[in-house]
Amino acid sequence: MPNQLIARGLKRCSTAQFALWVAPWFALLAYGVYAAGLCLVKGLNQTNMDNRFAFGLWIFLDLTIIALGAGAFFTGFLLYIMKMKELKGVIYSAVVIGLVCYSGAIAALMVDVGQPVRAWFTFWYPNVHSMLTEVTFCLTCYLTVLIIEYLPILLKNRKLRDVPSFLVFEFELHKLIYVLAGVGTFLSFFHQGSLGGLYGVLRGRPFAFREGLAIWPSTFFLFILSAVAVGPSFILVTTWIASKLTRKPLVKPEVLQLLGRISGVLLSVYVLAKTVDTLIWINHTSPNRGFAAWQYYSFEPFGTWILFLEIVGFGLIPALLLLSKRLRQRPAILVSAAALACCGIALNRFVQTVQTLALPTLRFDPFLSYWPSWQETGTFIGVIGYGVLVYSFSYRYLQLFPQERELAALPVVEEEQVLVER
Amino acid sequence: MNRYAMSIDIDKCTGCGACMIACAVENNVPPLPQSNDRKGITWIRVFPVDNGEQGDTRQSAFLPMMCQQCDSTPCASVCPQQAVQLDVKTGIVGQMPERCLGCRYCMTACPYHARYFNWWDPKWPAGMEATLNPDVAPRMRGVVEKCNFCHGRWHAAKEQAASQGKREAADYTPACAESCPTGAIRFFDLLAGTPEAGSFRLLEKLGTETKIYYRSKRAWVKGLAEAPDGKEHHLA
Repeated sequence: MPNQLIARGLKRCSTAQFALWVAPWFALLAYGVYAAGLCLVKGLNQTNMDNRFAFGLWIFLDLTIIALGAGAFFTGFLLYIMKMKELKGVIYSAVVIGLVCYSGAIAALMVDVGQPVRAWFTFWYPNVHSMLTEVTFCLTCYLTVLIIEYLPILLKNRKLRDVPSFLVFEFELHKLIYVLAGVGTFLSFFHQGSLGGLYGVLRGRPFAFREGLAIWPSTFFLFILSAVAVGPSFILVTTWIASKLTRKPLVKPEVLQLLGRISGVLLSVYVLAKTVDTLIWINHTSPNRGFAAWQYYSFEPFGTWILFLEIVGFGLIPALLLLSKRLRQRPAILVSAAALACCGIALNRFVQTVQTLALPTLRFDPFLSYWPSWQETGTFIGVIGYGVLVYSFSYRYLQLFPQERELAALPVVEEEQVLVER
Repeated sequence: MNRYAMSIDIDKCTGCGACMIACAVENNVPPLPQSNDRKGITWIRVFPVDNGEQGDTRQSAFLPMMCQQCDSTPCASVCPQQAVQLDVKTGIVGQMPERCLGCRYCMTACPYHARYFNWWDPKWPAGMEATLNPDVAPRMRGVVEKCNFCHGRWHAAKEQAASQGKREAADYTPACAESCPTGAIRFFDLLAGTPEAGSFRLLEKLGTETKIYYRSKRAWVKGLAEAPDGKEHHLA
């Protein structure tokens, strides 16, 4: 008997197989909830962060997954504002990824603060000069937008479509989609930027500090650029992984190639901007504050290789691969280049968050090391488990890939027609 | 109006730690036996430092570090909920633990590592609660705290001055300056006096405009105010 929750015309594995797939992810989620619970109940003494390494794994996780989740707003922007209709094939998947990334990041942030019940203070006593205030406001607003964007996808569920008022609601929501895409783009530009500004404004940390335009350091713009460059790559990689796991094509190859081309173009611009920014920082910004840039790289393991790997290995090389039409047509190269770009953004966020804190600022400071506790890694793993679960359930019970039926060469069943016939 | 500051003679500091004890007692800093070198709370901390040499040429000194009371604060501007504020009437950078979210962004922003997080609930051994200073509220777990030039003492001095019909808190001295047996720490008002000639401030090029002045006759000690030079200057 076909599962009544699965959309008509879509082939999904049996419930038993699905249960086997989700069981380990539920286990990881439970492990994460337990680890996070310990931190909330017993305090942040459960972590290996300290007064000198005040930020750790969780901030790295937040900055990375929010950047990877940028595919949601940017795909929406390209599809609804720039009218790139080809991206319709991945927009729902992008929204789910965005929702997972942002909600996961906010959950991790709530564990990361010492007094989570005081989170509302940021809205009540906002310091308008703080980048963290901007991040908090934009993240909260954008998560709300993502939830609203997720609703029409959720309402595509076969059972929910049986409720006529839901159909009306979904229809009305679709009318708003252009507004939501615009609002989402505006909010996302600001919070991606303010996450970059978070470290760029640290005048006391010359390794992270950058000059810029008006109140925004250059990292504000670099973070926006890197997020929009890598967001499409992450959609590409996740779609490819979903396709491999389900053993069926989910989108047309041209869509993945288009995502790759968008990433390639933007990544090239980013690599150029990052190179110029690095040169200005090495020769001007850092020396002016009394810090010779060479000394940052004199502490092993953070040698100059990390800078080279970030700009060339994870920046220039994937950009060149993705720019070539011939290479993009080879799935292995396309996916590898996109994965390299994703690694690049993770390394960039690692450098910004972890390397900044490891480096000494005072002459009598030691170089610091930090290794997360199991409670920190547990919470991290829990967020990943949560993400995979939301995506898996969404894939199984909703219609994340509109081209799936067509590609599976299955007869297209118009659900509306079926409903009318009833 | 005041602009309170401190002047510390590193050559006079013997590293006895009396200032640290006095500070902890005055400001109700809990003992935290479960903490370690990087998780403890020490509003003032005496760093043992050396000249980076080995053998006969090695020299050492003690450098007391506390919140540098920056006029151009890297911490206040980053706090998302205005829990850190520079009081323009006194020049003291204040911390409001009651409003602190515990995000630790200010700790990341401070190049002097003078901010401390309450990783544990504050607890005192049985009977020791009686020694708590009633003028200073203990801080709860999950919030940041730091030196505030013994703000409780400032309030007490203001009250005393007011009772005598005066406006200025004349007898106001933080516990560390009062307790230093060698007189290495001098507390003063920049509007009424100046730091000694040859004084220097830590990481001046950062433009934080600190109000803690250090001095020493030894050139290598003065060099400690600059950015790292690739040598080890901290005693294990």
